[in-house]
Formats: sequence, C-alpha cells, structure tokens
Amino acid sequence: MIRPSRDVSLHAGVLAALLLLFFVTSAYHNGNLARIMVLAVFAMGYNFLFGYTGLLSLGHALFFSAGMYGLGISMNHLDMTVLPAFGMGILASLAVTGAIGFLALRTSGVAFMIVTLMFAQAGYLTILLFGKYTRGDEGFVIQQAERTLFGIDLTDPTNRYFAAFALFAVSYLFIAWAVRTSFGRCLVAIRENEARARMLGYDTARHKYLALLASGVLSGASGAGYALLFGYAGATFASVQYSILPLLWVLLGGAGTTIGPLVGTAFAFYLVDVSSEFTSAYLLVVGATIVFLTLFFPQGLSGELRRRLAPWLP
Amino acid sequence: MASVSLLETRQVCKNFGGLDALVNVDFDLPGGQVRALIGPNGAGKSTLVGTICGRIKPTSGSILFDGQEITQMATHRRICLGIAYTFQITSVFSRLTAFENVALGVRRIHGNRRHKVRGLVMEALERVNIADLARQRAGDLSYGHQRLLEIAMGLGQSPVLFIMDEPTQGLSEGEIEGFKELIRSLSGQTTILLIEHNMNVVMETAQYITVLNSGSVLAEGTGDEMRRNKQVQAAYLGRN
Ligand SMILES: Nc1ncnc2c1ncn2[C@@H]1O[C@H](COP(=O)(O)OP(=O)(O)OP(=O)(O)O)[C@@H](O)[C@H]1O
Ligand SMILES: [Mg+2]
Repeated sequence: MIRPSRDVSLHAGVLAALLLLFFVTSAYHNGNLARIMVLAVFAMGYNFLFGYTGLLSLGHALFFSAGMYGLGISMNHLDMTVLPAFGMGILASLAVTGAIGFLALRTSGVAFMIVTLMFAQAGYLTILLFGKYTRGDEGFVIQQAERTLFGIDLTDPTNRYFAAFALFAVSYLFIAWAVRTSFGRCLVAIRENEARARMLGYDTARHKYLALLASGVLSGASGAGYALLFGYAGATFASVQYSILPLLWVLLGGAGTTIGPLVGTAFAFYLVDVSSEFTSAYLLVVGATIVFLTLFFPQGLSGELRRRLAPWLP
Repeated sequence: MASVSLLETRQVCKNFGGLDALVNVDFDLPGGQVRALIGPNGAGKSTLVGTICGRIKPTSGSILFDGQEITQMATHRRICLGIAYTFQITSVFSRLTAFENVALGVRRIHGNRRHKVRGLVMEALERVNIADLARQRAGDLSYGHQRLLEIAMGLGQSPVLFIMDEPTQGLSEGEIEGFKELIRSLSGQTTILLIEHNMNVVMETAQYITVLNSGSVLAEGTGDEMRRNKQVQAAYLGRN
C-alpha cells in the first residue's frame, strides 16, 4: 500500500501536464486554465478540511475574500507592492480563520455548517459596511501598472499563466506532502471515527484546528492570487455562492483525493463554458450534469477512478 | 501488596442521571499484573474502565496512574501516558485498511518513520494472526477479525496498561485459544486489565480477579478464592 513512486509520478505528471498545456492550447484556453489553477487552490484548501478531515464548512467564501481584500486593500490603500501585499492577504485569511475556527470548532456536523455560514454572512455584511474601502458589490480594480513582481508584468497572459501555475504547484505539493504525513493520516482518522482517533492518543481538537488554518490560508492564497492576477476585488466573492462553489468542485472532482479539486474545478468551469456556447439554458445543462454525476459517481470523478482502477490514488 | 500500584482509583463514583453506576470504587492494579474485572451485566465494569481512560468523567473520586493524578486529564493525554483501550462495541476505522488502523496508533508514537512503522504494524497484526488481512478494509473483515484488529491496534502502541473490554466476545474457539496465548506472552511486560465474561479465559489468564456488582467492588482475590466465595457465586457465577 505504500507506493511512493506512483504518487510521485502522478504529482509530477499533473504538474508537467499543466505546463505542457500552456504550449499546446490557444490563448483563450490559457486564460481559462490560469483561472482554473487559481480557483483549484481554493478547492484544494476546501478539500483539506472537507475531504480529508470530514468537516463541512459553508463559510469558505470569507477566507477566500479575506485573502482577496488583504491583498487588494494593501495595494490600493496602503500602496504596498505585490509581495508584501500577498503576505497581507495570507495574514488576513490566517487571522480570520484563526478567530472563526476557535469558535466554530466547538461545534460539529450540521451546527458547524450553520456557524460557519453565519460567520461568513457576517463577514460579507462587514465588507458591505466598509464600502468606502471595499467598494462593496461593485468592487475595485487593482491597477495594471502595480501588478508586477520582481519586474515581471503579471498582467501579461504568459506571465500570468506561470504565476498561477506556481501558486497551484506550491499548494498542490504541500497538500500531497501533508496528507502523507502522520498528521494528514490522523485527519483521515478523525473523518472516519473521531472518538477512536482520540482513543489512539491524538489531540483531535488541535488537529482539526490546524487543518482549518491550513484550509483557510490556502483559500486566502487563492483569493489573493485571484485579485492579483485578474486585477479585481469585490464583495461578490464573499457571498454565499463562493462558499458553495468549492464544495461543488470538490464533490465533482472527488473529495479526499489530491487531484480531485483540480479535476472538479476544471470540469465545472468547462461545463459552464461549453454548454453556454450552445444554449442560453446552460444552467439547466450544468444542473442536470451535476445531478447525473452525483447519482452515478457519488465519490466524484477521481474518487470513482480510485474505486475502479487505481485504489492507490492519494 | 508488594509491588507498586500502576493504577489506583480512589472513591470513584459515577452517576448517570440518578442511576449509580459506580459507588466509591477503590481499585488497585500493581504493575505487570494480568487482572480480570468481572461481574454481571450492568455491574459497572465498562463505566469503571471508561473513567480510567477518560471516556467517562467520574462524578467524584480520583484516579492515579503511575502515581500521577489523571482524573481531569484529557483522554488523548492519558493514552499518550501508555494506556491502550479496546472498546466493548467494536470501534475500528471501517473504510481504512487493517494495516492503516494499526498504523495510526503506531505513528502517534513513531511519527513518519515508514519502515519502523511498517515493521511494528505487521508485528502487531501477526500477534493476533491476521497479518494476511493487512490490505483488507477493516469494515470487510468478519466480526471476529475486527475484534482481533482492535487488539492489534492496542498492541501496536506497546502500552504500559492495556485495557480490554470483552475482547473474546465473538471470537471462535480457536481464536480464543490464540488470545489466551497472547495474554500469556504479554504478561510480565504489559499490565493488563481484562473485562471478560468467559470464565475459562479468566481462570486461565488472570493472576488476580476483581468482582464488581451494582457499582461496587464485591470481592477480590485469585481465581480459586473467587470460585469459593459465596457472595460471588450468588452475584455472578451462580447465574451461569
Ligand atoms: N451513558 C450512559 N448513560 C446512562 N446510563 C448508563 C450509561 N452507560 C452505562 N449506563 C448504565 O450504567 C450501568 C453500568 O453499565 P456498564 O456498561 O458499566 O456495565 P457493564 O458492567 O460493563 O455491563 P456489561 O457486562 O453488560 O457490559 C448500567 O445500568 C447501564 O445501563
Ligand atoms: Mg460493559
């Protein structure tokens, strides 16, 4: 059951494929893929908590938008450059996750869903309340001239693609590594049977808190990356829709698998993209496909792959 | 008693909403001993070990492990002191492999040292004769094998005190023989507290027996002493 070589080749393969795709696909798809990679970081963060630890949050939009506004406000109002502003995005999501986790983790199951949802709604309203700085639903644009890192113009499609890739690769490798550690295995044990994990000597409360922090920071990194690479921050990203989306992506791609979030994000993105080309009722197509998939592939696309062909899939 | 107590409970009481499950239980377990805890259904045996491992908070009284007060200590910290516990109602990670079930306990002690962990896991599975099932999902194992897996999960942690709540329940004759072997091989190194209904297992493995009845200690002594004890016969053995 311990097959490091297979895991490593899968991870290398995924990253190599994403690099290769840049050269073989059109500029249009390049743009899509950059967006998918950044959003997949959000999905991976969500998956760390939901897929591996078994905690279903309905408040991740707040962690995403904490990162987004952390970077956006630092750049627009505090005149910070990209790197420290990105750090502010990470810090903001860490602080928000840390505070909310401290309270929300006193609950579990449905109560945890409700509590995280309420906190995220409160966060959304707070963003609207400080409209002077956040520009509310309208949002604000981050000036093109300021979006440069080490002299590299991040608004250039090529640079943007590789910046998105770098963010994705770091997050992906972090997750791939983390889930194989004793810590990551304990998260799965908590998901499966928390009382037993505790009775094996694990401080399950601490593990859940750390998992939530990692999850929130990855979501925040995605939000900061999104604001940076696509030049916009707005309150819409803090709305409940953005708490549901990562859940949907993870469910489609396969909860508790390393590649699931990427697969699910890409699938959902292209499902909308392709179906909207053919019909104005594309949401119907999207809905029907999702219902079909959840009925026939309840473990998501990579979960199904794991069940049928590759039980070793990490 | 000559040897030092590894475990002591002092005046432990547990009240479940009006029902006295434990009443002033004083219990002493010297290090290295194999002790059987017996008593009729509902006597409070599972409740007593529950207060020892932290699953149940006693209403009053105190618990000492290795001379240290652990009454208020969190469950996971007690386990880290070297207490392993197997549940009366089988509790395994049913969607994980048998290997992973044991590995979780081993990794808590040995971290990410893969070869060391693998060796200890396989050793634990071998001791209960289910090494060949290592790759199977725990939930797919037979009930008896799941019970054995739980024991292996405890063994993998190399506990100082190993508490087992009715481990032989659901085991076949052959497996019970194997279990007795296992306890004999552990005695001396590991202190064992065994809740057991199978008197044959009790008589053959335990050096000393505590009889619990209606939440209090009714009698304590060797197997022969307990067999002759009139009160014990009335409360427990007489029913069989
Ligand atoms: N969580 C609980 N809530 C309420 N009552 C409980 C609870 N757990 C145990 N009891 C009661 O406490 C008493 C002692 O139960 P306990 O499980 O300790 O008995 P036992 O000696 O282990 O019995 P058995 O041999 O059937 O396992 C019983 O009357 C039981 O019904
Ligand atoms: Mg019991």
